[in-house]
Amino acid sequence: MKLTVDGTAHEVDVEEDMPLLWVLRDELGYKGVKYGCGVAQCGACTVHLDGVAVRSCQTWAADAEGAEVTTIEGLGTPDALHAVQEAWITHQVAQCGYCQAGQMMQAAALLAETPAPTDADIDEAMSGNLCRCGTYPRIRAAVKTAAANLSEV
Amino acid sequence: MLNRFIAPTMPTPALTRRGFLKLSAGATGGLMLGAALRPVSAAAQGGVDGLATPFVHIRPDNTVVVIVKHLDKGQGTATGLATLVADELDADSAQVTTEFAPANTDLYANTLMGVQGTGGSTAMANSWQQYREAGATARAMLIAAAAQTWGVDPASISIAGGQITDGSQSASLGDMAETAAGQSVPESVTLKTPDQWVYIGKSFPRVDVVRKSQGATNMYGMDVAMEGLVYAVSLRSPRFGGVLAGLDATEARAMPGVIDVIQLPDRATVIAESTWQAIQARDALSAEWDFSQAENRGTEELRAEYTALLDEEGIAFHSAVVSQADTEQVIEADYSFPYLAHTPMEPIDVTVRFDGTEATFWTGSQIQTLDQNIGAQVLGIDPGSVSIETLWGGGSFGRRAIYDSHYVAEAAMIAKAWLETHGDARPIKLVWTREDDVRGGYYRPMHMHRVRAGLDADGNITSWEQRVVGQGIAIGTAFEQFMVRDGVDASSVEGLGEHSAYTIPGWSVDIHHPEVGVPVLWWRSVGHTHTAYVVETMMDELAEAAGADPVEFRLRYLTDPRARGVLELAIDKAGTVPDGLTRGIAVHKSFGSYVAEVADVRIREDGTVKVERVTCGVDCGVPINPSNIEAQVQGGLGYGLSAILREEITLTEGEVNQSNFYDYTPLRISDMPQVDVHIVQSTEAPTGIGEPGTPPIGPAVANAVRRATGTIVRELPFSLHGLA
Repeated sequence: MKLTVDGTAHEVDVEEDMPLLWVLRDELGYKGVKYGCGVAQCGACTVHLDGVAVRSCQTWAADAEGAEVTTIEGLGTPDALHAVQEAWITHQVAQCGYCQAGQMMQAAALLAETPAPTDADIDEAMSGNLCRCGTYPRIRAAVKTAAANLSEV
Repeated sequence: MLNRFIAPTMPTPALTRRGFLKLSAGATGGLMLGAALRPVSAAAQGGVDGLATPFVHIRPDNTVVVIVKHLDKGQGTATGLATLVADELDADSAQVTTEFAPANTDLYANTLMGVQGTGGSTAMANSWQQYREAGATARAMLIAAAAQTWGVDPASISIAGGQITDGSQSASLGDMAETAAGQSVPESVTLKTPDQWVYIGKSFPRVDVVRKSQGATNMYGMDVAMEGLVYAVSLRSPRFGGVLAGLDATEARAMPGVIDVIQLPDRATVIAESTWQAIQARDALSAEWDFSQAENRGTEELRAEYTALLDEEGIAFHSAVVSQADTEQVIEADYSFPYLAHTPMEPIDVTVRFDGTEATFWTGSQIQTLDQNIGAQVLGIDPGSVSIETLWGGGSFGRRAIYDSHYVAEAAMIAKAWLETHGDARPIKLVWTREDDVRGGYYRPMHMHRVRAGLDADGNITSWEQRVVGQGIAIGTAFEQFMVRDGVDASSVEGLGEHSAYTIPGWSVDIHHPEVGVPVLWWRSVGHTHTAYVVETMMDELAEAAGADPVEFRLRYLTDPRARGVLELAIDKAGTVPDGLTRGIAVHKSFGSYVAEVADVRIREDGTVKVERVTCGVDCGVPINPSNIEAQVQGGLGYGLSAILREEITLTEGEVNQSNFYDYTPLRISDMPQVDVHIVQSTEAPTGIGEPGTPPIGPAVANAVRRATGTIVRELPFSLHGLA
C-alpha cells in the first residue's frame, strides 16, 4: 500500500490491519513515533492524519492510505521547529522525554483548533497523553507560550 | 534457570558476596586523582583526538564531551554532570555535550554504591567532587598547554566562556586540546569557591532537551535500529515462578514474519521480522504451566497473613527511651499499601548481539556492572567480553535498577539459543509489551504498618510503637550485604527511627519480612513511600488529639534544623489557605534531602479529591540546577500523587489482575496540581533530588482530606474510598 509520511511517499507491503504505529516504526523507521501501551491509553504514538491527532497504535495501516501522515519529524525541522517544539525547549519540558513527541503532536493539534486555550482546554485536550515523569506543569506553560508565539505570527 | 525467584535466589556467581566485594574493591575509596584522570590514549577511547580523560574529552573541533557514568532516565543527571565539568573548565555551555560511559567499574563506579550504577538519588552526591576535579584537571592541562604554546607564565592565563587568553592572545579549548593531552596531570587541583561558580546554582540548560523536543528518534533502547535486526517478544508464566509444562507453537510459527520460537524453561520467545508480528505470534502461543513451585496466593490471602503478623512481635529495628510521663490518650491504627508498578513510559527493552565470543547489549542500563556480569554469566563468557551500550532511559523510577538484570539475562538466553540454532550473530531486540510490564512483577512491595501512639495530659507524645510487615527488597540479592542488618532490610524501614528527621519519645519499630514469590523492587523513594505516609498522617492525628497546631506540633519533635527550615519555608510561601480549599502538610527527609509539602485540596461534588496547589520547601544541599530541582520535585510529587490516588497491583490466585493503562491508571494532566517549589540556598554538599519530592505528597493530601471530610485514609489507594 501507499503511505505519505511527512511529505514523503512510501510503498509498504504489510497486512492491512497492522497498526500504523508499527508500520511507521519498524517498516519505515520513523522512530519519533513511540510505543507506550498499544491500546490508545497513553498517547505516546500520536501522529496527525490530515492534521487530526490520532493514536497510531489504534489506526490500521489501511486507514492511513491516501492520507497525509505527519510525525514529530515532520511537525518541524531542526532548522525550523514548530512553535510547540520551541516552547518545549524554552520551558525545558522533557525529562525522560519518551512521551514528549506524542505530547507535542497533541498540543500542536490543540493549537490548530483552539489558538488561545485556557487551562481547562489544555487539561481536556492533553489528558489522553500520559507522562510518568510528571512534566504536566511545564506542558501547560509551554502550550501557553506556543499559543502566544503563534498568535504573534 | 531464569524464573521469578530470580529475584531472590538466582545464582549470580560474579555477584556472590565475595564477587560483589571484589567488584567494589578499590572503587569506594573516592577519587583516584592521577589514575582516574590520566589522559587515555586515542586508541583506547575509540580514536578520539584531543584531550581525553575518563570523564571529559576536549576535541579539536572544540566540543567538550562529558562522559556520564550514570544512567539518565529523565532525572537530569547528564546535565548535572556536564554542569560540574563545564563550571570548573569554564567552558561555554553551548560547546558541552555528553556521552554515556562504557561499563568499567574501576573507572566509573558510583562511589556510594561500589558498582557502576545509578540509584538512591546518589548521582550528584557521589559525583560532586569527582566531576568538578575532572573539569579542574582538564582546565589546568589546557592552561599548561597554552603557556607552553605561547611561551608565557601559566599564571597569566585565564579561561572564561570557553576562551583561553593571556590578555594578548586567545584560543579556544579545542585549539589547545591536542597540546593539553601531552601535559602532565597535576598532582592536585584547587576547586572554585562558590562565588566563582558560573553555572552551578544557575540552571544550566538540559543537554538532552533539544533532541527530546525534536522527537528523540535515536536515544532510547526501544528505538535501536541496525542491519538485520529481529524482534523478540516472550510469553511468560501468568504466575510468578511457574514453569513451562507444554507448548504448542504451531499457529505462531505459521504467522507472517515469524522466524523462530525459542523455548526456555519458564518462557517461550517468538522471534519475528517486526515488533508487531512478534507480539501477534506471542499471543497465538498456547502454553501449559506447572504452578507447583509458583506463588499461588492472591492479594487477599497475603493481606490476611500480613494482618496476622501485625499481632506478632517482629525483628527489632529501633527502640528509643520511653517518656516517663503518663499516657492519657492512645491512637492505634493499621495501614495498608498495595504493590505498585513503575510503568516507565518506555517499556522494558534490550538489544543484544552475540557471536559466541563477544556480546554487546544496548539498553538504558542502570547498573552497568550487574548487566555486564550477569549477561556474561548467562552467555558463558568473560565479563570483559561484554560491552554495555548505555542509552537514554525512557523513565525508570527504579525499574531499570535491577539487582538480577533479569531482562538482560533473558536477552542473553535468547541470543545464546539463537546462535546455537542459526549459527549467526543476528542482533535481537527483546521488547516487553506494556502488558508484560504491568504484569511482570518487580513491584513496590506491599506493606502493612501498625502504630500505637500515646499522648500525655499536656498533649506530648509518650510512646510510638510501630510494626511493619513487608517483603525486604534486598533480601537474597547482591545488595543484601549492604542493605540488610540483623535481618532488617533498610528499604522497608528507611524514614523511621534513627533515619527520621524526628526525635520521638518511646519510638520503637519492629518488622516482619514474609517470604512471597512476587518479585519486588525499589520504586521512586522506596520505603519512604509508605513510612512517610504513616509517620506524617499519624503526626497529624496526634496533633489534633493534642489540640495543637500541626506545624507547631511537628516542630516539637523535628530536631533536625534543616527539616524545620523547609517546613517553615513551605508554610510561609503557601500563605493563607484559598477559599474553598483545605490544607494538609507533611515534611520528610529522604536520600539526604528535606522536602516539606503544603497541599491545598478541593473536594469535588462527586466526593473525589482535586489537589489544586502544592507549595514545596526543598533543601538538597547546594542547588546545582534550580530548574531541574523544580522539575524533579514537581515530577516526584506527581508520581507520588499518582500512586496514592489510583495505583494498585492486586493478584488473584497468583495472577496479576491489571494489565495496561486502562486498569493501572497513572496520573493525568487533569489531576496535576500547580506546584510551587522553593529552594533553600544551602551550602551543604548536594544530596538527592530525584526521589525526595515523592514521599510527602501522600500524607499531605491525606491530612487535607481528613480535615475536609473526616475520612482517614489508611488503606491505599484513595480510589478504594470513593475519593479518586
